[in-house]
Amino acid sequence: MAKKNDTPLSFQGLILTLQNYWAAQGCVILQPFDTEVGAGTLHPATVLRSLGPKPWNVAYVQPSRRPADGRYGENPNRLQHYYQFQVIMKPNPPNYQELYLGSLDAIGIDRDLHDIRFVEDDWENPTVGAWGLGWEVWCDGMEVSQYTYFQQVGGLDLDLVSGELTYGLERLAMYVQNVDNVYDLVFTDANDANGTPEVLYGDVFHQNEVQQSTYNFEHSDSEKILDKFKMAEAECQALLALDKPLPLPAYEHALKASHLFNLLDARGVVSPTQRQEYIKRVRDLAKGCAQAHVKHETTVTDRAWQL
Amino acid sequence: MSEFFIEIFCEEIPARMQVRAGSDLAKAITDGLKKSGLTVDNVQSFTGPRRLVFTANIPAQSPDVNEERKGPRVGAPEPALAGFMKAAGLTDISQAQVKSDKKGEFYVAITSSKGRPSSDIISEIIPSILNDFPWPKSMKSGANHFRWVRPLQRMICLLDGQIIPVQAGGITASNITEGHRRHGKGPFEINGFENYIETLENQGHVLVSAQKRKEIILSDARKLCADKGLELVEDDGLLNEVSGLTEWPVVLLGDMDPEFLKLPDEVIRLTLKTHQKTFTVRDPKTGKLAAHYIIVANQIAPDGGAAIKKGNGKVISARLSDARFFQTEDAKIPLIEYYDKLGSVVFHKKLGSIQDKAERVAALARELAPKVGADADKAEQAARLAKCDLVTQTVVEFTSLQGQIGAQMYRNEGGDEDIATAIEEHYKPQGPSDAVPTNPVAVAVALADKLDTLVGFWAINEKPTGSKDPYALRRAALGVVRIVLENDVRFIEEMGRGSFLFWLDRAMLGPMLKRGQNSYQSKAYEFEEQLLTLALRLSLPISQPEKDAIKLQIEKLSVDIDGDIAEAFIKLTQLMWDQSKDLLAFILDRLKVYLRDQGMRHDIIDAAMSGDEDDLVSIVNRVKAVQAFLSTDEGENLLAGYKRAVNILKSEVKKGNLLDSFLMPPDPIISEPLYGNAPDTKPSRPTDPYGAALFDALQIASTEIKTALAREDYSAAMQGLAQLRAPIDAFFTQVQVISDDTAVKDNNLKLLLNIRDIARQIADFEAIQG
Repeated sequence: MAKKNDTPLSFQGLILTLQNYWAAQGCVILQPFDTEVGAGTLHPATVLRSLGPKPWNVAYVQPSRRPADGRYGENPNRLQHYYQFQVIMKPNPPNYQELYLGSLDAIGIDRDLHDIRFVEDDWENPTVGAWGLGWEVWCDGMEVSQYTYFQQVGGLDLDLVSGELTYGLERLAMYVQNVDNVYDLVFTDANDANGTPEVLYGDVFHQNEVQQSTYNFEHSDSEKILDKFKMAEAECQALLALDKPLPLPAYEHALKASHLFNLLDARGVVSPTQRQEYIKRVRDLAKGCAQAHVKHETTVTDRAWQL
Repeated sequence: MSEFFIEIFCEEIPARMQVRAGSDLAKAITDGLKKSGLTVDNVQSFTGPRRLVFTANIPAQSPDVNEERKGPRVGAPEPALAGFMKAAGLTDISQAQVKSDKKGEFYVAITSSKGRPSSDIISEIIPSILNDFPWPKSMKSGANHFRWVRPLQRMICLLDGQIIPVQAGGITASNITEGHRRHGKGPFEINGFENYIETLENQGHVLVSAQKRKEIILSDARKLCADKGLELVEDDGLLNEVSGLTEWPVVLLGDMDPEFLKLPDEVIRLTLKTHQKTFTVRDPKTGKLAAHYIIVANQIAPDGGAAIKKGNGKVISARLSDARFFQTEDAKIPLIEYYDKLGSVVFHKKLGSIQDKAERVAALARELAPKVGADADKAEQAARLAKCDLVTQTVVEFTSLQGQIGAQMYRNEGGDEDIATAIEEHYKPQGPSDAVPTNPVAVAVALADKLDTLVGFWAINEKPTGSKDPYALRRAALGVVRIVLENDVRFIEEMGRGSFLFWLDRAMLGPMLKRGQNSYQSKAYEFEEQLLTLALRLSLPISQPEKDAIKLQIEKLSVDIDGDIAEAFIKLTQLMWDQSKDLLAFILDRLKVYLRDQGMRHDIIDAAMSGDEDDLVSIVNRVKAVQAFLSTDEGENLLAGYKRAVNILKSEVKKGNLLDSFLMPPDPIISEPLYGNAPDTKPSRPTDPYGAALFDALQIASTEIKTALAREDYSAAMQGLAQLRAPIDAFFTQVQVISDDTAVKDNNLKLLLNIRDIARQIADFEAIQG
């Protein structure tokens, strides 16, 4: 893993370095959640686990999808599919800021040369009824991370405050590798011993951006998506209405509804008034899940499988 | 005296909250110390990104205090004595002293409390100050319930160098602080304020004083610019912000691609300021922005800041590319083609889209145009164009440039300059000190836009209450007042008074149309629309035959109306009229505030606004004339004569010699103003010379005032009133008003009533104090 100081980390090297760094701080390293989400925060490991009285420390990389941001692979820094690296420490340790700065050192940002600043930016995600106070972290005027102390999730006050860190991986990598076009990022270094070639971000994802943008903007079938949205909504509501509600699967359906709404939005078929209405519908689902989850948590015994 | 010193050290405090937090902390500590009997001298407080600092000189301990508690009389019943002893902490009544006053002897308990060490007082007050600190937004951290703006890390609390181990938020105060993260983290041991400042500055590389950081940023930035023949574009708000973002400010001059200078200056300035917190720089010779900017970094970098400049440059370039992209995209279609898109932007759920609003404003601006000397076609066109830039990408990104971007696009298309000015200025004035539009087309659109907003929210009954004014309606009303007054816009119509009210009523129909439910109601709206349109045409300078024709049309419409529609129509007009009157009162309230700010006396404002006059310009002229008149001797004396007349009348009513109704103000519609409510209040010419002289003077003054008021010559009206002074004075000196002869007395009272009613045509002098 260790790299020479003069060659910057590859994209995957950046991910691996962050994983190792946070693993060393005691975080569970999870893999990406297997449902489309618009941001790493929406992973149940953040939204649901930040609720309730149990400590929880986790780090994971999460592909994030924002259909409306697609640019057919023609824009040097806008993507409909990109990666976020997410860290949650609950409760946040007193030296969390120092730990965060240590992670910048680990990925090769020389803090003597670069001006790191914590600029007020309070975070809010109305879809999951969550908000917190914190900063956007600037490196020479560029936002490299979002740093938030959660105060409420699912409209509920938190017993323990989670410190959330979100690194925008492509942007950070572009900074570390000093490239101006995301597709020029080195994803994987060449391996001379095995003769494997260098792989660029564009080799991995350019076609995906072209095709997904074409689908999102031109071929997605709004009527069918609307039907799917209604199905996901109904399924979520049904799971929450059970005598013994199932908040975890219900939340997955809330996330599906959220992504389907984003697809509709990208197609430009949602009027501003309808938009508000859809957002409210998704929010009601997510809040319902959060509340059911908290209620359920109190009934689950620690390490029930060992009893 | 002892030196008290405290530092509260936490993670980065939002820049905008620091200054206020510093003064809140100083006030809370000073108040707390004083309340405990300590004197507090030499108070100083400082703020920075990670710390709040307070120091003051206080005594080592609070003074001894003797308190006297007065008790019951000597010989008072047992329970009273017992209660007193308990309250005063005495075990026996003999411990109390006996004092006496003129009523006799009583007990006094003297309790003396010893002074306390100041360190005890500090330990007591600091935790509660921190627990209740008034941050605009605060947060919990970890498992702690303590709230602070961001996680609290350390505290220093020293009295003459000795640690006072106060506790708050799970932190115990020590004598340790930290410096700059890269240049001198420390930790440092501190023994007092002077040592603190010196240690942080020399070893910690932290400038504790925000003032000092500002001075350094400003002078370094000016110098860096001057060295390159450039000039800093100064910005106090930004300077405050960057001084709150740096502990050790280092100023750097960055550069950008000169191609970006083709963007509007405001777009560049806003991009640099809001997104990057950097200052723009201009060429002093041309006054134009230069392809440079000032970055304020927080450290000295070993490469001289090259990497920092490069990084900032990249972001700025990306941001400006976005702005340029937006502009190019926006300019692909003419401004007016954005009009259709306004249909999908909601202005208010009950008031329709921005396009609905623009249509109403266009119709109203067209009707207002002749009043303000504007071309009606231009006003209508400008009103439609004015909101178009709201859906351009540039304005979505830079909201504060609304109006400016539309005007610029329209100018680039070669559009009419009056219309461009109207697009640019129609949001003005945005506040009490913002400039008011003067171009007639801009005046028509600005006035129509604000009136539509006001009548709209009145039509749906969403009025400001108390401190809640989510749609900024007070500002809109003040805008109306200022545009009308500063451009001398008149609302005097042939139909006489009530004409501004008529305009409000007229404007309210637009938003009211949205409320039409069934077909009767819709027809009622149509009917009202026809009537108001005709009534409006009556107010224009048209020939008599045309006027007669319109009047005939109105009559015919009214006769032909169907019963159910008529019923709906009556309800509609009643509702509109009530809401319009309420809105008028709201606007007049803004006018009062505006006049008070201009130095007008509030009692005179009330006096001059007591009538049903609603033309704002007339009201102001009236207020000014009355205030000027009352500052003269004549005015003062006349006021005294007036008050004497009214007081006599009132006392006669009180004695039962006169009926209440005698004093009712005259109804302007059903009776002639001069003779009050009832015909029998008309006096006859008295036989005595003084009464006769007053009678004659009143006749003359009445006519003069009436003609003067008709041509709105308020100083002439005041002159007319001033002529009454001598006859009134003579009348009161020479004539026994309450004569034994009932007929004479009645006639005299009628004369007094005349004085009041004539004066009341100008203002209600009873409302005036003094």
